[in-house]
Amino acid sequence: MQIILRAAEATGAGRLIDISGAHVDSCLYHGRASLDFVDRLLDGGARVSVPTTLNVGALDLLHPELVRGDPETNARGRRVMERYRELGARPTYTCAPYQLADSRPALGQQVAWGESNAIAFCNSVLGARTNRYGDFADIAAAITGRVPDTGLHRTAARRATLVLQLADDVPEALRDDDALFGVLGIVLGRRAGSAVAAIAGLPPGQPEDRLKAIGAAAASSGSVAMFHVVGSTPEAPTLDDALQHRPAEATEEIRLAELRAAREALTTDAGAPLAAVSLGTPHASLDELERYAALLDGRSIHPDVECLVSTGRDILSAADERGTARRLRDAGVELLTDTCSYLVPVLRPADGAVMTDSGKWAYYAPGNIGARVVFASMAECIASAVAGRVIRDDSAWGPA
Amino acid sequence: MRVLVLDEPLSLWGGMDPATGELIDAHHPQRGANLAGRAVVMRSARGSSSSASVLAEAVRAGTAPAAFLLGEPDLILAVGAAVAEELYGRMVPVIVLRADELAALPDGAEVRIGPDGSVHRA
Repeated sequence: MQIILRAAEATGAGRLIDISGAHVDSCLYHGRASLDFVDRLLDGGARVSVPTTLNVGALDLLHPELVRGDPETNARGRRVMERYRELGARPTYTCAPYQLADSRPALGQQVAWGESNAIAFCNSVLGARTNRYGDFADIAAAITGRVPDTGLHRTAARRATLVLQLADDVPEALRDDDALFGVLGIVLGRRAGSAVAAIAGLPPGQPEDRLKAIGAAAASSGSVAMFHVVGSTPEAPTLDDALQHRPAEATEEIRLAELRAAREALTTDAGAPLAAVSLGTPHASLDELERYAALLDGRSIHPDVECLVSTGRDILSAADERGTARRLRDAGVELLTDTCSYLVPVLRPADGAVMTDSGKWAYYAPGNIGARVVFASMAECIASAVAGRVIRDDSAWGPA
Repeated sequence: MRVLVLDEPLSLWGGMDPATGELIDAHHPQRGANLAGRAVVMRSARGSSSSASVLAEAVRAGTAPAAFLLGEPDLILAVGAAVAEELYGRMVPVIVLRADELAALPDGAEVRIGPDGSVHRA
């Protein structure tokens, strides 16, 4: 409660409001401090008071053999994950709790979520309301069931103050191409910082996985906790709705050259041989797993390439039932749950580049695990994994 | 304490190695700088919600910045600092300053922080 009150004080909130659920990121081990904190909570007899899901941890509890690294660190990583379950949280261990039918808050519902991509998805795509709850604050909210009534919990702060309009030189085909969305997210994060922006100029009704890619990248290159995509996100059926019927403070264009430059900057090592392909950051949805299988179309991953997909344990269980997981494994794909391939040593050490379709993975992996990255679309990644070499298709990005 | 002005916002998670205090974000222009013991000036914080844990771990390990001087409030850093103080008894002030006050703090300047959170050139 002290943490929540201190947060209320720091933000100037006059009162606390009740929340209906929480998503807790603190279960990822960052060192002894992670354990010291959760031990202190358990010693004090704490329990969560609202339905609470858990974010990824530092180990794949279902497939522990996939995570290499120091056994003592792994044991501490496992202990933190288990300690949060002892607090009463559900052991979902996923960064995409919004993919679980029973953990999706409804439009307008007040919650407290951690994990930057989940925060952006919750506000933007579900229309549920959360601020950026960092580690410690997320579990404090889950225990007390209350948060300061401030920021994105209030309607006024959800209004777009910046309009980002795709410029005329962005090709029509690119506006509906999977390759665009992670790149667009990187640009959004840079332009918006922590502001709420509305993106205009995309075809309406964009699917959730594309909106997920925008939010994850935008929360990496910036502090984006909420964005609108006009015609696709629930608080922006029209631009006027996103602006809450007032004139925009600023309207800026996103031109093709900026998108192309952002795409290139995500690749740190264009010329390296292909060592691995990493997909599923944030955790792959069932739909994405099925699309990987469809793109593979019975072909196998090249023997010199490691192809790793991160997903949630509940999604994997659904994919097992449908036979999708088996099709992927038969093709040589490794399926990782409960963690992510840029957090812990999972990828085999190899002298070459890792290809990814995730703007967030491309952004963090060089610093976190020293990876040399090639960023591309899902289709390019799968084609490359099969061929054993980097295949990129620049045609959607306009004439060279 | 000596000021370190960051030219771009930094996410501590994925941006600072708590074992050493080194800036490790490959996309940050000051990669390789060391944050330990510095008064870190940022116009805003950025990125991951894990930054609170990274700050607490850095405080435990003795590699944390001496203070954060920010252009806008950041709850993630504030909570990380509060928890670290509770666990380890060491305080990292997280202070919000006006843009003109931030601009008056050049890289490398010596500053001290008063008990009321005011920042003074030494």
